Amino acid sequence: MEFIKFRNVEKTYKNGVNAVYNLNLDIKKGEFVFVTGASGSGKSTLIKMLYREEKPTHGEIYVGGINVAKVKNSKVYKLRRKIGIVFQDFKLLPKLTVYENVAFALEIYGLPTQEVKRKVLKALDLVGLKSRTKSYPDQLSGGEQQRVAIARAIVNSPKLLICDEPTGNLDPDTSLEVMKVIEKINDLGTTVVMVTHDKEMVNKMKKRVILLDNGKLIKDYEKGSYSNHESN
Amino acid sequence: MRKEVIVIMKAIRILLRNIRDGFKSVGRNLSLSIASISCITITLLIVGIAIVVSYNVENMTKLVKEDFTIVSFVNTSATDEEIQDLKKTIESYKNVESVEHQTKTEIANEMKDTSDSLSKIIDSWSEDSNPLYDTLLVKVRDTEKISKTAEQISDLDLIDEVQYGQGMVENLLSIFKVLEKAMIVAMIALVFVTLFLITNTIKITIFSRKREIEIMRLVGASNFSIKQPFVIEGFCLGFLGSLIPIAVTLYGYSALYKHFNGQLFSPFIKLVPAEPFIYFVSLILLGLGVVVGMFGSYRAVRKYLKI
Repeated sequence: MEFIKFRNVEKTYKNGVNAVYNLNLDIKKGEFVFVTGASGSGKSTLIKMLYREEKPTHGEIYVGGINVAKVKNSKVYKLRRKIGIVFQDFKLLPKLTVYENVAFALEIYGLPTQEVKRKVLKALDLVGLKSRTKSYPDQLSGGEQQRVAIARAIVNSPKLLICDEPTGNLDPDTSLEVMKVIEKINDLGTTVVMVTHDKEMVNKMKKRVILLDNGKLIKDYEKGSYSNHESN
Repeated sequence: MRKEVIVIMKAIRILLRNIRDGFKSVGRNLSLSIASISCITITLLIVGIAIVVSYNVENMTKLVKEDFTIVSFVNTSATDEEIQDLKKTIESYKNVESVEHQTKTEIANEMKDTSDSLSKIIDSWSEDSNPLYDTLLVKVRDTEKISKTAEQISDLDLIDEVQYGQGMVENLLSIFKVLEKAMIVAMIALVFVTLFLITNTIKITIFSRKREIEIMRLVGASNFSIKQPFVIEGFCLGFLGSLIPIAVTLYGYSALYKHFNGQLFSPFIKLVPAEPFIYFVSLILLGLGVVVGMFGSYRAVRKYLKI
């Protein structure tokens, strides 16, 4: 069953830049998909449309049955609660502790404190940071910060995890450590869509790869590697 | 548990957490909070002073206007009955609030109290040789129309003369009119300046937390639950900012009132009594600070919620 569907999606920015052309794409439940391509190929726009940071100019996007393009601005939060998002720059709140940063994503639902605690500790355990609950983000390494961000993204058990170059700011060893965490989450059943530049990573992981160029989908490999497309 | 109960429990938990976060973030963003609070403090101080001054000016003009009296001298030939009729006629006029009859004996007695030499002279008068006039003291409702009413009274047969400070009264009235208008304009301008200043400072405070709002949105906070802690924070800022102006009003004005014995320079200019006036001004300042603080936060956050 398709979990994510792109149908004839086109995105033109207000300044006239065309980011995505006529995109058709299906992603199954539980899949792990890399979205790659050069800068300006439209891969960031693609995932931004997934969590409704941008609206497509034409076409339809379905995420778990919701037509994302039609979600009203005031209802975006309902979509976001079903999606976890991880960014290159972590986007942690510097003045909150690790625990508070993760709990933040649950408290907005009004869950009881005990339940919040249980879920937060479970998520932090999953990313291997249960011992750092009281630290502040600037006391952590880059990899640890990214793992906190992942814990925040998955604490609500979302069906979809979107990662926008999650290892872009990290050295290779740390990247691997973060990727392992994400793979573990995927193994637990969460669909993962990840934008990345990291060729080595893509090659190692042997997952589905979608290659974009100038806003067009040009390659879709079941178990691809970056180097294959580079040689095209 | 029933579904409604769960929903209400959730809402209460969210509200409590937002109140906690609103208070916390005043402390967490201390330097910016202090900037906002001092801006609110200064603006409210100015507003407080303006309220005190304008209210006193208004009070003074009111007191002066209340003192305006048409003194009508009754012809000596009038009998007591005729004077009573005259009084009733004047009382029936639309613009007349009250008429007080002062007999010439009463006036003579009053004059006797003012000096000893005068007292001796007046004592030599008999009831019939009293050269003074019976007078009717007329207070008017609308001081603007005092000259018209005076004219009406002087047209009456048994009235010899009327006096109400002709010329002087008109001048005073026109000065008061200008003064009142100026006060209104100044107050309106001040309220706008307050609104503008406070909302802008809070905007800057919140601007620095654009990222926080962005993250809140990304993790799925509804617009309403994003606004709530900021509005509560605005409430705190407004409340804290109004403390010093309120203290200044409460203690400053009371001290001022005591120091001047309730009057400024001459008994003619009376100050508004400190109580309950200061409480009333304090309440306005508190309300203004809190409402504008909340409103400013609300406006500022809303700006970042549009994507």
